[in-house]
Amino acid sequence: MSHAATVHHTSMGLDNRKMAFWAFIGSECLLFGSLISTYLIYQGRSISGPTPAQILNIPVTSVSTFDLLMSSLWMVLALAAVQRGDMKWAKIWLLGVAVGGLIFLGFQYYEFSSFVHEGLTLQANLFGATFFVLTGTHGAHVAVGVLWMLTLWVRALQGKLGPGHAITVEIAGLYWHFVDVVWIAIFTLVYLLHK
Amino acid sequence: MEDTTTPAQAHPTAATYLRIAAILVIITVVEVGVFYVPAFRPLMVPILLTLSAVKFVLVVMFYMHLKMDSPFFTFLFGGPFLLAGAVMIALLFLFGVFALGR
Repeated sequence: MSHAATVHHTSMGLDNRKMAFWAFIGSECLLFGSLISTYLIYQGRSISGPTPAQILNIPVTSVSTFDLLMSSLWMVLALAAVQRGDMKWAKIWLLGVAVGGLIFLGFQYYEFSSFVHEGLTLQANLFGATFFVLTGTHGAHVAVGVLWMLTLWVRALQGKLGPGHAITVEIAGLYWHFVDVVWIAIFTLVYLLHK
Repeated sequence: MEDTTTPAQAHPTAATYLRIAAILVIITVVEVGVFYVPAFRPLMVPILLTLSAVKFVLVVMFYMHLKMDSPFFTFLFGGPFLLAGAVMIALLFLFGVFALGR
């Protein structure tokens, strides 16, 4: 394998960027842990509606969950393509991940819009406040991920992304998969196990 | 068991990634099924939490490569993850979410 990019190894023989990124993901666990805890603590304690049972749309959210899972698959396929130097498929999969993320954000926009239309806002009740902060923070992470994927895709189009830069794509992939696993937790705890 | 890693990167093959994706989709379909079938209502919480945990582990182990990568990355992720889990459980007890008869 050719290494066009500079290798950044620590004294442990591990890439320092990857190590730093895993530490960042660890800190993100604490951020989302606190937001999910807040949601669960206030669940069922709203003194006025709308309640989760009245408003959550499980079929629509199931489709957006499927979309995010598929984008995770496309992300690993993009990484595998970059590692073997197949830049044609790397570009296709990277664009696929970005489009998958945009579709997820579209579903979230539809969901938020319909909730606001039905009277659920940040100020409406405890459910609205905790729900919008939790899922909105996740959505913001997806938006950052989409911008990251589009940046990688543009760099690939410019010929500035190759097997020597696989670690760059791998770190972007770590971020994207983390956003996916956070959604796996939110989908179960917020949508399927609502009171 | 077949070797699903490539020697150069020690990452799974595309076939393994596809199998994992298929399992993730199947588990998601089962989760939604459990949500809608009244017979599962008494066991819904443990079933859904278990299925969600399986999906979480599959993504972290295979898509994020923790199964193949340095154990130090597992430590960097697992330490804060366990801390977050412990804080969550403590907060839920503290605020009476697990209290009986609520």
